[in-house]
Parts: sequence; C-alpha cells; structure tokens
Amino acid sequence: MAAATPALTVDKMHKSFGQLEVLKGISLTANDGDVISILGSSGSGKSTFLRCINLLEIPDEGVVTVAGETIKMRRRRDGRAEPADRRQVDRIRSELGMVFQSFNLWSHLTVLENLIEAPVHVQKRPRAECIEEARALLMKVGIADKWSHYPAHLSGGQQQRAAIARSLAMRPKVMLFDEPTSALDPELVGEVLRVMRALAEEGRTMLVVTHEMSFARDVSSRVMFLHQGLVEAEGSPQELFSGSTSDRFRQFISKERG
Amino acid sequence: MDFDFIAKTFNRLLAALPLTLSVWFLSVVLGGFVAAGVTWMRVSGVRPFELFARTYVMVFRGTPLLIQLFVVYYGLASLPAVRASVVWPFLRDAFNCAVLSLALCTAGYQAEIFRGALLAVPHGQVEAARACGMSRLLMFRRIIFPIALRHALPAYSTEMISMVKSTALVSLITLWDVMSVALKIRNDTLITYLPLILAGVIYFVVNYIIGAGFLALERRLSPHLRPRPS
Amino acid sequence: MGDLAIFGFGQGGWGLALLQGAAMTLLVSACGLLIGAAIGGLVAWARLSGKLLAGGVGQAYAALFRGLPELLIVYFVYFGTSTLLTQAALLFGHEGFVGVPSFAAGAFAVGVISGAYQAEVFRAAYLAISRGELEAAVSVGMNRALMARRIILPQVLRFALPGLGNLWQVALKDSSLISVTGLTELMRVSQVGAGSTHRPFAFYLGGAILYLVMTVATTRVFDIAEARATRGMRRATG
Repeated sequence: MAAATPALTVDKMHKSFGQLEVLKGISLTANDGDVISILGSSGSGKSTFLRCINLLEIPDEGVVTVAGETIKMRRRRDGRAEPADRRQVDRIRSELGMVFQSFNLWSHLTVLENLIEAPVHVQKRPRAECIEEARALLMKVGIADKWSHYPAHLSGGQQQRAAIARSLAMRPKVMLFDEPTSALDPELVGEVLRVMRALAEEGRTMLVVTHEMSFARDVSSRVMFLHQGLVEAEGSPQELFSGSTSDRFRQFISKERG
Repeated sequence: MDFDFIAKTFNRLLAALPLTLSVWFLSVVLGGFVAAGVTWMRVSGVRPFELFARTYVMVFRGTPLLIQLFVVYYGLASLPAVRASVVWPFLRDAFNCAVLSLALCTAGYQAEIFRGALLAVPHGQVEAARACGMSRLLMFRRIIFPIALRHALPAYSTEMISMVKSTALVSLITLWDVMSVALKIRNDTLITYLPLILAGVIYFVVNYIIGAGFLALERRLSPHLRPRPS
Repeated sequence: MGDLAIFGFGQGGWGLALLQGAAMTLLVSACGLLIGAAIGGLVAWARLSGKLLAGGVGQAYAALFRGLPELLIVYFVYFGTSTLLTQAALLFGHEGFVGVPSFAAGAFAVGVISGAYQAEVFRAAYLAISRGELEAAVSVGMNRALMARRIILPQVLRFALPGLGNLWQVALKDSSLISVTGLTELMRVSQVGAGSTHRPFAFYLGGAILYLVMTVATTRVFDIAEARATRGMRRATG
C-alpha cells in the first residue's frame, strides 16, 4: 500500500551564522496528524530550525517539502543559498501557520481584523466568509468577546490565543509553534496549552519548539531532542521520557524539572 | 487705539494669506514626494543610493533655508546655462523658485521622519506578515505603512508647522506674503509693533489649527494606543 | 577674476571676508544659544515647579515662540528694541533713529527662539533622572542646593546633550536670518559679495558650503562630548 504524502519533510538541513554552524544536518518527516515537540537547551538550534522551514531564515543546505511540494532553492553568485521562486515561498508560507513567542499581532488592527487580514489579502478569499470563520475560531480559542479589541488591550495569554486563531484562519497544512508559552506569565501558560492540546486532539499537524515538558510528554506523538545542531534523540514520548539511552537527554530533562 | 487702522491692516495681511498658504501647501506636497524617493533610496540596500540619500539629508538639513532659497532664486537665475535651458520659464518666477526651494528643504527633514517611522515598526509584526505569505508590496501596504504612519504623525505635525514659519522667508525674494505686507505697512506708516503683532497673530492661528488638526488625526488613527476600554 | 580666485585671500579676494562672516556666525549663534539656555532653564524650572501660574506662563512662552516665524521674531526684536531705544533717547533730547546693535538684537532673537525649545529639552532631561538617585542624595544628608549642584545639574546636562546638539545646529541656521539687520555674518557677507561681483551662484553656494562645514564640524564636537559625558551611563533614549 502506498504511503500517504507526508505533510512536511526536511532533508539534511544546515545553517551557519558566520563562522558558527547552528544546524549540522537535521532531517524530519511529519505525517498528517503528527504532533512533534522539539526540545533542546538554548543554542541547540531548535528555533533556527523552525524558522528555516518557512524561510524566515534561509538554510544553507537542505530540502523542505510541504505536502509534496519542494521549495525551490538556488545559489547566488557569492555562494549563499536563496529561494528560487518568491511567489512559491509566499504561497507555501500561507499554507504553514506560525505562532511566535512574542505573539506579533498587528498593533494597528483589532483582533478580528488581525484574523482576516491574511485570508482576505493573501489567500484572496471572500471577506464575509473570512469574518464568519474568524468569529468561529475566536470562540474556539475562548476570546469571542474580544473581537473588536486591540492587541494592546489583551493579556499575554489572550494575545497568544488570538495569534493561534490568526494562524488557524489561514487553514494551514502544518502549524509551527516557536516557544509559544515562553513569554507568558506562569498563570497564563495553561490557557494556551489547553488550546494547543485541543488542536492536537483534532488531528492537526504541529511542530512545537517548547520548554513545557508536560506538553512534550502528554500531548505530542513524537519528541525530537536537539543538541548543538544535531538530533541527539528522537522517538515517542514514552521511549524518551521513560527510558532514553541518551545521557544528554536525561541530563536535560532533569535540569528542566529542577 | 485706532481700530480702523487695525482692521485695515489686518485685512491687508489676510489678503496675503492665500499666497503664504499656497507656497506652504505646494512645497509640503512636493517635498513629500521627494522625501518618499529619498527614503526609498535610503532603505534600498544599494550602496550608491544610500550614500546619495544620506548626503541629500545632510546637505538640506545642514544649511540654512535662506541660503538655499537664494541659491535657487538668485543663483540659478544668473547662470547662462540655466537661462538657455528648458526650465528657465519655470525658474524665472519667484513663486516657483520658492516652492521648489522649500520643497527640497522639507524633503530632507521629511525623509528623516519617514526613516525613523519605518525603524519604529516592530520587527516581530513584520515577521508575522512574512510568515503569512504576504508579498513585499502587500506587507508594505497593509502592515508597515499604516504602523509607520502613526509613528510619524507627531514629528510630521512639527515639520508642517515649521514649514509655515519657513514661508516667511519668501518675503526676501520679492513675493508678497503676509510677512512682506507687514513689513511694507511698517515701512510706510513707521508703526513698528502693530503690523508685526497682527502678522504674528495670523501665523500663530494658522499653526494652531494645523497642530490641532494633526492631533485629531493622531487620535482617530490610534485607538490602539488609547487606554483600555472599561 | 577667475571663479576660484574670488574666494582667495589676495587683493579683491573674498576668502577672508567669508571666513570672518563665518566666525561672526559662530559667535552670534553661540551667544544666542547661551541666552537660550538661560531662558530655557528658567522656563523649564517654571514648568517643573508645580505652581500653576508659573507653569502656565512657561507653557505659554514656549507655545508662543514655537508658533511664530523666526524671521518675524528677528524683525520684531530688532525694530522693536530700536524703537524703544529711539524713544528713550528722545527723552534725553536725542533726535533721530537709534539702532540697537545688530549683534545684540540678533543674538537675543536667536536666544528667545532657542529658549522655547531648550526649555523642553531641559524639562525632559530633568524628568529622565532616576528618582532613586535623588532619594539616595537626600538620604545621605545633602541639602537642596548641594543636590542641585552635584547631582541634578550634571545629569541634566548629560541627558540634554543630544537635544542641545540639535538645537545648536538650529541656532546656526537661524543666525542666517540676522542678515536682515545688516550684521556681517556669513549670510550677509555672501549677499554683499554676490551683489558686488555679480556672481550670486558662486557666493551663495560657497556660503552654503561654509555653513555645511560648520554644521558637520560642530556636530562632531557634540558627538564627542556626548560620548565622553555618557560613558557608563544608561541613555535617556533606549
């Protein structure tokens, strides 16, 4: 039986910042419905890896394929890599949803306007349809009554939930989360994790860079531990958390628990 | 108190206000376009363009407007090459020279305002736009420009008022603006204070209106900066 | 005479006159800035005092002089003080027009304008001083005069430097307006030279270049002063 096309594959990604090589050849395959937690200490390259997938950073080497479509890259005259087709990059970005650590809601737009901005102007969908869908999403993440508020008037947890809804409004194939709860006060982390858990249970394909061990252990289908730019350990949560063979990983989780 | 004289003087000054305002308006608008071009060059990433833009700003902000005005009105008019060229019919006229010179000057200041405003757009919000797949043009139109505009308004208001004050200099290149008329009345009647005070009142009121207008615009465009609704 | 030769220092050369004009520009601008500092300091003090009347007067002063054209203020100060002086002279039996020295009138006009903006710079600089430092001064027993002299004033000056540097450039440019009083600063010399040699383009361009040199050179001086003064300090602007 032919295997279904993976939602996302990354093949041997390399990235250096000047002399410092941050990603030393990382590969990943995410099938539909996979929830992959990416763990690692700071400097392990996990955020860079995520940002290279939707080309917010340009990887030096490596192939990214989203739902069977490969992002075309080429070499510049000075040897650096760059995307070959800007339009393709824009299109693929609109199929990947990204949730940032600092929310990054557009400050001059209300919550509702934030949600419909990209669907209307990038995906060119009819405005009425986008508004209806946005309202439903706001209800789903629990901030339906804040639709006319500006981001500055929301708490951190509310802003992040709005940011997740904004991502969902694009109907993404894969969602990328870059440390979504790291900038939140501890008592606000829970409400965001609850939303993410609901999304996982719905069967969404998610890549989550996080420090929240509870999420990695209880919600994800797979865990990837990065150390100094390489995949140090990978497997199901049970494999890694209960009996990992990697010393470094065991050190890492004991520090995080501490 | 000769009220008749005051009224007559005031009316004569008001009659010159349209000239002052048209010089102001045209130079501000023209300067805005030039400034947009200069700013575009500044952020283009192309070294020669950036260098030109920086030099432009340095020259027009580093020299007095009065001497810039004289270079254009007296200086260019004296050059045989200019007199023979196609722009001469345009540059012969003092009004055109005034608008051109003031426009070039304000462009230098406006370019710096635009640049500061662009820098003030939070980088994270730009990234979010990229991550959604917005093209560069769409991103500029829907995200960068609106946010930068709101940041630019206070400084832009100050510059608009500064330009009104700068129009007074055109009195020195034979244009009959409010300043010239006030001086003429003073010279004719040897009454020093009144014409100047009345002219001052007119300028002050115009500037006040402009300032209030921009404040109202700021308020309208920035509901997100107001305090939280209860 | 050749184009460049008229700027020379020999016979019929205007080089010396232009440089003297530039020196006059620097002098009158500096005096204007100092007068502005005195006025600005006073207005800032009035606004910070917390007293309604003083604050109101201070605010009115600033609003007034920021809303009026600089050229108007130059004329007003020059003709106005001359008129006063003429009338005063009449009392002593002297007939005829008495003109105020254009240097004094010019510097005063520049100062009056600069003061309105310097007030805001000083006020912001004062407000930027951390309350904690003032509390520390009080808690070691400094009296108000000592605290003002040793803690507040130095810090105000440091925080105000960027704004003052900017206002110095403004004063330099505003000084060109004093040419209408006949003072032989750079603008006036350029004007006289242009008229005398019938070469307006060369003279006004040359004058502009000299102004640019002065602006750039003095900006460097202010930058160095700023770097020295804010060594090790957090900046007022992030």
